[in-house]
Amino acid sequence: MKSTKDIAVLLDEPACEHNKKEKSGCAKPKPGASAGGCAFDGAQIALLPIADVAHIVHGPIACAGSSWDNRGTRSSGATLYRIGMTTDLTEQDIVMGRAEKRLFHAIKQAIDTYSPPAVFIYNTCVPALIGDDINAVCKSAQELWGVPVVPIDSAGFYGTKNLGNRIAGDAMVNHVIGTREPDPLPEADRSNFPAVSPNFKVHDVNLVGEYNIAGEFWHVLPLLDELGLRILCTLSGDARFREVQTMHKAEVNMMVCSKAMVNVARKLQQSYGTPWFEGSFYGITDTSQSLRDFAKALNDDDLTARTEALILREETQIRQELEPWKARLKGKRVLLFTGGVKSWSVISALQDLGMVVVATGTKKSTEEDKARIRELMGEDTVMIDDGSPRALLKIVHDYKADILIAGGRNMYTALKAKVPFLDINQEREFGYEGYKGMLELVRQLALTIESPVWEAVRAPAPWKHKPASISVNTEEECA
Amino acid sequence: MADILKRNKALSVNPLKASQPIGGSLATLGFNRAMPMLHGSQGCTAFAKVFFVRHFREPIPLQSTAMDQGSSVMGADENVREGIKTIAEKSYPALITVLTTGLAETQGADVHRNVQEFKDANPELANIAVVGVNTPDFTGSVETGYAATLTEIIRALVPDAKTASTYPGKRKKQVNVLASYILTPGDLEALRDIFEQFQLRPVFIPDISDSLDGCLTDEDFSPVTIGGTPISEMLTLGDALATIVIGASLTKAAELLAERTGVPTYSLGHLYGLKANDELMSALAEISGREVPERIERQRSQLQDAMLDTHFMLGQLRIAIAADADLLSAFVDLAQEMGAEVVAAVTSCNVPLLAKIPVATIKIGDLEDMELLGKAHKAQLVIGNSHAVDTADRLGVPILRAGFPLYDIIGGYQKTWIGYRGTRQTLFDLANLVINFSHEEIPAYHSIYGQKPASELTDCKPSCH
Repeated sequence: MKSTKDIAVLLDEPACEHNKKEKSGCAKPKPGASAGGCAFDGAQIALLPIADVAHIVHGPIACAGSSWDNRGTRSSGATLYRIGMTTDLTEQDIVMGRAEKRLFHAIKQAIDTYSPPAVFIYNTCVPALIGDDINAVCKSAQELWGVPVVPIDSAGFYGTKNLGNRIAGDAMVNHVIGTREPDPLPEADRSNFPAVSPNFKVHDVNLVGEYNIAGEFWHVLPLLDELGLRILCTLSGDARFREVQTMHKAEVNMMVCSKAMVNVARKLQQSYGTPWFEGSFYGITDTSQSLRDFAKALNDDDLTARTEALILREETQIRQELEPWKARLKGKRVLLFTGGVKSWSVISALQDLGMVVVATGTKKSTEEDKARIRELMGEDTVMIDDGSPRALLKIVHDYKADILIAGGRNMYTALKAKVPFLDINQEREFGYEGYKGMLELVRQLALTIESPVWEAVRAPAPWKHKPASISVNTEEECA
Repeated sequence: MADILKRNKALSVNPLKASQPIGGSLATLGFNRAMPMLHGSQGCTAFAKVFFVRHFREPIPLQSTAMDQGSSVMGADENVREGIKTIAEKSYPALITVLTTGLAETQGADVHRNVQEFKDANPELANIAVVGVNTPDFTGSVETGYAATLTEIIRALVPDAKTASTYPGKRKKQVNVLASYILTPGDLEALRDIFEQFQLRPVFIPDISDSLDGCLTDEDFSPVTIGGTPISEMLTLGDALATIVIGASLTKAAELLAERTGVPTYSLGHLYGLKANDELMSALAEISGREVPERIERQRSQLQDAMLDTHFMLGQLRIAIAADADLLSAFVDLAQEMGAEVVAAVTSCNVPLLAKIPVATIKIGDLEDMELLGKAHKAQLVIGNSHAVDTADRLGVPILRAGFPLYDIIGGYQKTWIGYRGTRQTLFDLANLVINFSHEEIPAYHSIYGQKPASELTDCKPSCH
């Protein structure tokens, strides 16, 4: 089990703006009125997209049983990450002290059956509490079978999902990154891309916090290929173990859309001097900005020139394609409720479309995020801290929002209140990244906002004369 | 009759099992104005919530005692008391269940004491029923957690016949129905319809057809369940004509209810297939003192006709099933009634019912076990939850989705499996899966002396059709 001191160290993240407030890290949850996941949840979400690794959850069934195969992330090849693995500890294991032994054999079984390049072990509450030494088990398993076995000590009670992201990042920095050198640059077939001067330089870079939800990163990756940016690794969307191993060799790291694994960027800077910047691929403005930031950080004039040319080409094309949609969406009012950085990155995407963002959630946003939001939306923008369903619905009504854009958790809050909804979080089934992603975004926005079903569900039955919003016998009607 | 093969692997691969707290939550969600609270870390609740939201596509009330590092080590009594109080004051529900997790049980929590302490300290909140249940996830499954929670709710809320002066038959139409987790909201609705045709009024315990049936109400938002068995109804169970128990997993709950109320019990394993439903109709005819209604007799004949139509596809069909015991037993009976063969039966934990299921062996295990058994015995069809879709895919056979969770289809939670009508539809669904999967066709043979155009031979390999 991690000591209180270990956890305090993880919570103290100098690169996180929350650190400067009186409560560092994240607030303590309140029994009976809490929402959100745990450290294990966060650690698993952060690393599960590494597609060729055997991910073993060490604990009783609830941790893996309700969560395996539960993510929208896509792999371009390996599928081992979709096989759920857990030690499924029993009462006997716990009472008789056999959990470590079961874990040891479980690692062997995974290696024998699936020959993975590495095994990740996620520690959970019960083994942490009974004092299983997963570091020792992983070490001896690795020595005995010659396959890297990485301990991720992520018991749920250590803290929030966010802490779990950091624990995961920390495990990669301590056990995986820097254990292999990148492959030599391959002879790449560039016939699909416009010809450029033959002696341009290819740069090695990383993306941290890119999860390839619904394959959306594949909208962006071709552009990076075209510019000659080799992605050593995306931590962790569509990643492989051998890619994570080489992350130390990047010239620059981009923190994508989230500070959750900011400790990875900070530590890579500390140990290897790699500079990092924060960016997003949501919306035209931000996508272009991120590409520019790469060129700037790499300090390559030729790359800058080629980047500007690419941006001009892509922006011209997408703006043309969006024109008919803009007419339909212009002036529509949006209540945006997402965590953290996504608030500002999605705002710019929506403003690109001429939509009006009436309020935005800032519960998980940093001070820096809030400053950017003010910059985008003006000083008197409504920032929502209370994300309870009731509070959200009140703002929808008060500000006459046409649509709620939020995480899947709030989907049924909106639907039950007969409010159009767009899912923006990790469980969604559509990819919105890059210039091309904007087309999918407008399609989904128009699909829900313009749907004829809203009128059908809001209007009372023809034999009732009362409008639906005045509730009379709410429960009986359903019974 | 079945040999039970115990778990023999260290690693569970593609787990079939869902945890006891999930079962406990489901049972609680079938009561009106209820709120389950899991005693564990926040993730226990978050995962369970996602599990239900994906299955029912509904907002799900579920809370957490939010154990952290300090309370996990130093004791979390205060978390339980504070959690109950917060829910009680914020939402004023009719029922709060406090369900333990592996974390709380390993730590040595005593929720029953905590619940009592809360009651002693807050007499002004005495109207809210608070029930503690031991549901650690290191033992049992959804099935056992559901049954344990129902038993504890009955223990807490159903009064003794003597003290409450209830007597069987005082309410001349009421029949209590203890409903297993295998009954979907769609099943319960169909069942209510059947009862009403016998002029009987069923009280489902619990009733997820009233709380998790996907009903759009005029109310924007509710922090607790809307619909479900009213808690006040628990006081009337002693006045019922009879209690019908559906699902062997609820035996203990049924015994307790009978002991408290003296109401006679009719026990049915499930309602899949002709025979099981004949038992139900006979019981209802006996309880109500009425003939079986004509409409139901007609549905019975329709099912018989469907059995004839589908036996060509289902006879000798080699089926692999992965499900908890009540559901496994239901599908085994249905399959055997149609002359199909269950070649792989996998379940998540050992319960008394398993030994009575009429197959040679039952494996306690996971979906990997089903996959291996299915492959070894050349299964032609898989029955399992949405997780088993990939399994069926790798086996190259169709799947009938059933059980928990069903997240890759819309409306799976609402499917009606029971009664003569539900069974008929299930047979059609099974037969269609077999028809549409033309895997046992005879490969075309091309004669070496044939006069077919030469292009056909090169274009088309013998296996394509």
